[in-house]
Amino acid sequence: MSVPLTLLGLLERGPSHGYDLKRDYDAYFGQGRPLRYSQVYATLSRLARDGKAVAGPVEQGAGPERRRYIITDEGVADVEKWLAEPAPPEPDLQSELFAKVVLALMLGKHADNYLDVQRAAHLQRMRELTEFKRQGGTLDVLLADHALYRLEADLRWIDHTAARLDMIARTVQGQS
Amino acid sequence: MTPDHNAARHSAANLSVTGHEHGASGKFVEAVDLSLSFGSTPALRGASLGVAKGEIVAVMGPSGSGKSTLLHCLAGILVPSSGEVHFNGMRLDRLSDDKRSALRRDRFGFVFQSGQLVPELTAEENVALPLLLSGTRRGPAVAAARTWFPTLGLDGLESRRSGELSGGQAQRVALARGLVAEPEVLFADEPTGSLDSVSGELVMDLLVSAVREQGTTVVLVTHDARVAAYADREVVVRDGTVGTLTGAKP
Repeated sequence: MSVPLTLLGLLERGPSHGYDLKRDYDAYFGQGRPLRYSQVYATLSRLARDGKAVAGPVEQGAGPERRRYIITDEGVADVEKWLAEPAPPEPDLQSELFAKVVLALMLGKHADNYLDVQRAAHLQRMRELTEFKRQGGTLDVLLADHALYRLEADLRWIDHTAARLDMIARTVQGQS
Repeated sequence: MTPDHNAARHSAANLSVTGHEHGASGKFVEAVDLSLSFGSTPALRGASLGVAKGEIVAVMGPSGSGKSTLLHCLAGILVPSSGEVHFNGMRLDRLSDDKRSALRRDRFGFVFQSGQLVPELTAEENVALPLLLSGTRRGPAVAAARTWFPTLGLDGLESRRSGELSGGQAQRVALARGLVAEPEVLFADEPTGSLDSVSGELVMDLLVSAVREQGTTVVLVTHDARVAAYADREVVVRDGTVGTLTGAKP
């Protein structure tokens, strides 16, 4: 996910301080990976340098110096363009799951054992995400559902592969 | 629970053999080395599964693997040709048909893929059915049934017949019917199989909340990983035998 464009998108709601942008980013998109303040301020400086935002005057107060950032028309256009673009569909053709199955079969090992262990790991993660959903709010459900559907797709692949292991083994071992 | 209901439940207490809460293995519900064939087709081939009291276990597996047959044996609907089925310290597979029926009526609850509601009865009468069959008088039985409607988001639907309910509503009524008698074990066979994903999640959410509150043990048959993710753990049935995904004892 693009941190600069996400911060810029948050800024489109209205002028904001770096502190508030970080708080909102962490609340909506952080999911246990909060932004560092240094990362927020460095990003805002770059956005200002590139003409996507402008920094207001330093506001003197009781705390540290603060600046309010304002998105520019160019910044608004960037956000609009980004939101309209499809994210790249991830082809996963370098999948670790795939590599392990093929290598195990090449080496004459039990790929079905690996698939069982992987299935258990996926289901354990699905249990955690389901509990997260049950305890969470609407946005938590939305986020967890995305991860759950992806894990479910992997599980289907695992089941499909497990049912065809003999045929795949013959292929990778050079038999027809 | 009403006094009538309590009396009816305790009528099944004479079925207990050991009086212990669990079987010899410490499991509340247990299948040991079950085999069963339909004609020349084997459905179970040495299937074993233990479920602790209060545990929710998902039984997964491909179509035709034997998972529903295993559930039917654990619930005393089918009797295996060999092996043992234990419930709360008693040999369920050795009980007579009548005693197994009494056990299913008084101590087990059931939810199947499509609600299987009685079309001539209203929703609240459908929910009250297990209590009525256990000998609870109509008034207390329907009163107990009604308490489930707000819990399951079914307020105002008490007098509807099954044909006047959506699939999701009908399945929630079926869930209430499965739980109204506060069964010790709920057997659920693809309880969301006929529902869209949103309705299915609602049913599973309500099922898990209700059984956690009641302390009900659940055996949940499903082919759907998203449904299985509501369980405490899952086992997989393949070719009539039970395996875990981690190599642990099922």
